[in-house]
Amino acid sequence: MAKVKARVKVPKSVKKGEIFEVKSLISHKMESGQRKGKDGKKIPRQIINKFVCAYNGKDVFSSDWRGAVSANPYMAFHLKAVDSGSLDFTWTDDSGDVFKKSAKIKVT
Amino acid sequence: MYNEMTTFRVSRRDVLSYGSAGLLAAAGVGLFGAAAKADKKTTMDALAKVTSGRTAKSGRITLELPHIAENGNTVPLTVEVDSPMTDADHVKTVHIFAEENPLPEVASFHFSPANGIAKASTRMRLAKTQNVIAVAEMSDGSIFQASTEVKVTIGGCGG
Repeated sequence: MAKVKARVKVPKSVKKGEIFEVKSLISHKMESGQRKGKDGKKIPRQIINKFVCAYNGKDVFSSDWRGAVSANPYMAFHLKAVDSGSLDFTWTDDSGDVFKKSAKIKVT
Repeated sequence: MYNEMTTFRVSRRDVLSYGSAGLLAAAGVGLFGAAAKADKKTTMDALAKVTSGRTAKSGRITLELPHIAENGNTVPLTVEVDSPMTDADHVKTVHIFAEENPLPEVASFHFSPANGIAKASTRMRLAKTQNVIAVAEMSDGSIFQASTEVKVTIGGCGG
């Protein structure tokens, strides 16, 4: 499989207590398991089925994905600024491959 | 002659019992094939699994989707649930269903009070024009449901 590229977007700094948006994008073909190949057989499902975001080590948002999530899945959600630290994103796909990306956040 | 009629009747009944997807497959033009038919019953089953006997209330959910999606492969979706998002009262999970997709379950978003607001966006595949349903599970066990129709020009489940 082609190299998986993950991107996340978080504000550089936020005020304490402020609610900010977190955006994430990962390159993945998200083979749904519904398509048929040239031989007429179904192409087996190969998708990212789990997305987790941890804020300073604590899981704050997660999502279960099924075949109907688009290729190169995009996920946006919100977080409340508590402390400066790191946001760790983890994507897990059907074959058990884990993709990770981290971002720093400064809370003033 | 009579035998022929019987044979015809049986096969016709068989085809009918498989529903429209069976008909399409029999005609050799099934978009998803016979096994992956779009079925409202599977959607209802999937919904029932989430609600597990609880009655869904309406309201509190805002479901943002385009009225017309030109490309069913990437339909943007934003769901927001009105909630204070405190430890005592927050949204636990929001499930997204696409009624007429071969597999109705799309995604589940698991929120926590750390989110501040229960709002999430993603992009989904829609096979054809249909209702998209959001079901929100609250921390107190209550369930809310909302749905909105999306018209799809080109289906997004491959063929």
